[in-house]
Amino acid sequence: MTAADMPPRARVLDADDISRIVGRISHEILERSHGVHDLVLLGIQTRGVPLAHRIGARMSDIEGVPVPVGALDITMYRDDLSLRGARPLHSTDVPVEGIDGRLVVLVDDVLFSGRTIRAALDALSDLGRPRAVQLAVLVDRGHRELPLRADYVGKNIPTSIDQAVRVRMTEIDGVDEVVVEG
Amino acid sequence: MRSHLLSASDLSREDAIAVLDTAAELARVTDRAVKKLPTLRGRTVVNLFFEDSTRTRISFEAAAKRLSADVITFSAKGSSVSKGESLKDTALTLEAMGADAVIVRHGASGAPHRLAHSGWIDGVVINAGDGTHEHPTQALLDAYTLRHHLAGGEGALDGRRVVIVGDVLHSRVARSNVLLLRTLGAHVTVVAPPTLLPVGVETWPCAVSYDLDAALAGADAVMMLRVQAERMNAAYFPSTNEYSRRYGLDVRRADLLADGGIVMHPGPMNRGMEISAEVADGPRSVIVEQVTNGVHVRMAVLYRLLGAADLTEEASA
Repeated sequence: MTAADMPPRARVLDADDISRIVGRISHEILERSHGVHDLVLLGIQTRGVPLAHRIGARMSDIEGVPVPVGALDITMYRDDLSLRGARPLHSTDVPVEGIDGRLVVLVDDVLFSGRTIRAALDALSDLGRPRAVQLAVLVDRGHRELPLRADYVGKNIPTSIDQAVRVRMTEIDGVDEVVVEG
Repeated sequence: MRSHLLSASDLSREDAIAVLDTAAELARVTDRAVKKLPTLRGRTVVNLFFEDSTRTRISFEAAAKRLSADVITFSAKGSSVSKGESLKDTALTLEAMGADAVIVRHGASGAPHRLAHSGWIDGVVINAGDGTHEHPTQALLDAYTLRHHLAGGEGALDGRRVVIVGDVLHSRVARSNVLLLRTLGAHVTVVAPPTLLPVGVETWPCAVSYDLDAALAGADAVMMLRVQAERMNAAYFPSTNEYSRRYGLDVRRADLLADGGIVMHPGPMNRGMEISAEVADGPRSVIVEQVTNGVHVRMAVLYRLLGAADLTEEASA
């Protein structure tokens, strides 16, 4: 199915799909990083946070050791304050282990223009100096405006620029699903 | 139409809580090694101070700088204002320099309002104290401090009892606090000698008392106002000693507060006059915290107003 003939509201991932993606991404991160020894997962507020916690929990199950998971709010680092105005802030919680010298995997729900990730990289550099930074996303919908790519992608969903991709997570929205609207 | 912060009554309950919530998140940035945020990069914030006020000016300056704004400080002393330039000409100069926000302290009540609604400038106007009228960011930082100690740092101040004591007549802090605390659901009592209460205080949304001991009994917080030296000579009260005895806060009176009740003062204090040194430095005192909280609250105000300002620009474009 191409973007053009998608119905106005299509559910592209359900709870089982999301669960399988979380499992696969967990394995991929572990495989690439050879274990969890210096790994920190940072979920981008808001829906990246429950996603990061799920991936962290899955990795802990697999490896038998806890994986540090935190939250990153990038609101104050956005470049669109003058276009979209002040938004409410969410909390940034860095795990006690810190991020200095560690492999930080940023986790977000949708990768779109790349501007959120650009802001997240700025926010990260104010918090410390990771050994390396990688990016995991549930959905990559294309239309990048910056030279960024994800290291781990749950699902590539081709969209047209005026469609909206809604990710809902049980922890926030009461249901697990990804819907394309428009 | 731009939004400004001229009076504590400009803030709805939702607005006020949102500012306090934003300030609470921004406070956490202070704990990190890098305390600066890039949010207002490229914006110009002008501190326009027609009256001396070191602490409010540096608090706003610190707030704007932590958000990466460029700060221009314009003090009346040694500037063209002391050469007789009018508020209008000063405003036009600032406009020509492209100020995105003007923080104004002026001896005349209503000057910030004039600045905001004159059409002289395009930027956001924030009242940093005008005459005996208002000082809304002081009220916000006081509300933040109260919320932190009395409401677990969340929500509003419903049902909390706050006593404001002293020179209410000349106090912009008192007026702004009464308005904002009422908005947040607190019960406020102002206590002062009759000569230091303004005409019309009975229309304020608060109780009025001349008896400090009775008002303090079981209250959650007391806010002491500064007695300004020039008032002492103007026969508002018979003597410093008598004022101190009837309206000063000493240890005995502070202990009339409820358990966990706090003592506040907007500064600068006259130790031994409206507050004893023992209380000012005592366990109930949160006076130093108020200063710290001031920076976070002013960051929140700048962030929200400068964000919102451009929203309206976008809408009208």
